[in-house]
Amino acid sequence: MRQLTARGVRIDDTFAEAFGMRATALVITADSARWARQAALTMTGFATSVIGCGCEAAIDGDVPGKRTPDGRPGVRVLLFAVSTAELQKQLQGRVGQCVLTCPGTACYAGLGGPETLRLGDALRYFGDGWQISKRLGDRHYWRIPVMDGEFVCEATTGLSRNAVGGGNLLIMGRSRKAALAAAQAAAGAIDAVRDAIMPFPGGIVRSGSKVGSKYKSVPASTNDAYCPTLRGAVATALDDDVASVLEIVIDGLDADAVAAAMRAGIAAIVRLGPKHGAVRISAGNYGGKLGPHHFHLKDLLP
Amino acid sequence: MKPLVLTLDRRPDQRLDASALIPDRLAGMTAAEIALIELQTTRIRVTAGDVFRIRMGDPQQVRLEGDCDRLDLIGHRMTGGAIVVEGDAGAQAGRLMAGGRLTVTGSAGPWAGSGMSGGVVEIAGSAGDRLGGPLAGESAGMRGGVIVVRGDAGDRAGDRMRRGTILVEGGAGAGAGSRMIAGSLVIRRRAGPLPGYLMSRGTIVLADGAEALSPTFVDCGVHDLVAQRLMAAFVATYSPKAARIFRAPLRRLAGDMAVLGKGETFVPAAR
Repeated sequence: MRQLTARGVRIDDTFAEAFGMRATALVITADSARWARQAALTMTGFATSVIGCGCEAAIDGDVPGKRTPDGRPGVRVLLFAVSTAELQKQLQGRVGQCVLTCPGTACYAGLGGPETLRLGDALRYFGDGWQISKRLGDRHYWRIPVMDGEFVCEATTGLSRNAVGGGNLLIMGRSRKAALAAAQAAAGAIDAVRDAIMPFPGGIVRSGSKVGSKYKSVPASTNDAYCPTLRGAVATALDDDVASVLEIVIDGLDADAVAAAMRAGIAAIVRLGPKHGAVRISAGNYGGKLGPHHFHLKDLLP
Repeated sequence: MKPLVLTLDRRPDQRLDASALIPDRLAGMTAAEIALIELQTTRIRVTAGDVFRIRMGDPQQVRLEGDCDRLDLIGHRMTGGAIVVEGDAGAQAGRLMAGGRLTVTGSAGPWAGSGMSGGVVEIAGSAGDRLGGPLAGESAGMRGGVIVVRGDAGDRAGDRMRRGTILVEGGAGAGAGSRMIAGSLVIRRRAGPLPGYLMSRGTIVLADGAEALSPTFVDCGVHDLVAQRLMAAFVATYSPKAARIFRAPLRRLAGDMAVLGKGETFVPAAR
């Protein structure tokens, strides 16, 4: 494969292949930033991959009190799923179990637009007839009595059909420590990009997968071509100086957000350099036939 | 572009029906055509040309000048644009209004904003009885939009209101929010007796309490609700004064228990 080099970091001339997804966004507020974040972390837990979790979700960023509907500190959360029906199901279940239950929180639409998903409209029944509808201007809220006061929840939130899931970077280092340092630097940079999230733990995934397996019942299995311990035993994709590979998976509300996130990630890795970070960056694809979105690394160089 | 100005030469001899003088109707009309619009409410024919000096301008901005207190139904069914009444307006100003903005720099008569469903009615002076309320026989009053009264409101403000927001910066008469179905009514100074009389749902906020609270409302204690913050933010765009009410914890009274009882009246914590 052709390679480019930026400040000593080898960058494969390849692309990340991404797919269209459905997405929504929420703004969760609470009496303190700590509890807003707690609710967001709880509702985005176990949301790393649509394959096993139903949706992919994570915190997009903090929202200062000045910019939340109720003036309290908040957190913006993005949720991605493969269908509108599944997204609705995950949204309802996660907000119902993780935000409604969390002390002092309120939940608002984090995305506008003509198409909507039911939020408070679905959760209001928890109020057992005591729920109160409140329309203020063009916004509609439900007030649901709970044991610490009221859970305020906007009736609906926006749905995006232009969302993109599966943007990714493969980060290769001379040691586990070096690969992690580079991945952390990239995740930190991508955190600041609006409208894009990294659904895996801390934004980083170590178990990249390939489609299929030798076992009949297993749909996906370890990506042996990138496992450093199998370098001699399989058709490897790794160079001799690579001892550890980490991946960052990115979902964005649109293709531009994914591209911006990948660009920020590459820039951070290159800035760190090969000595303490990655020696090589690549990206995962399926030959370009499956996903409509191709993010070429050469177009995203710093 | 300059507004279209209609100036009354003198106070008319009969009450006039101003419902045709809305931006939607005046758009595309010439001065001569406007002058032919009939306004009479008796057998004596009165046209706009008989009583108004017409100065053409943008029909999306209509100004009514002179002694307009005998002009009824100003802004009736308007859906957009703006009407400014210099001075007082007659009865049913903004009746069934669906959009746009009606400003009365003086006071308005009874049934201002009656049955309106959208838009904004702003009354710099006071409003008469049954602000936003239904006419006899109608099942619901105001069903959307915002009414702001800088002065006082008469009796039964927000009667049978279904949706929307009424903000009264002054006080209100008896039975504010009577028979409310839903919606929000905020009164900054003291309200008359029995606010929320027979209300089923909806929210009344009385920043200075009422002369007599209904015995069929039950005390739910003092709370500092998130919903107050949302209401404060919304109200502040129309009335920063009224928005201040929501900053302190409020006592929630649920009622009217004589009917459904799912409405609420907020009063200051120490009442």
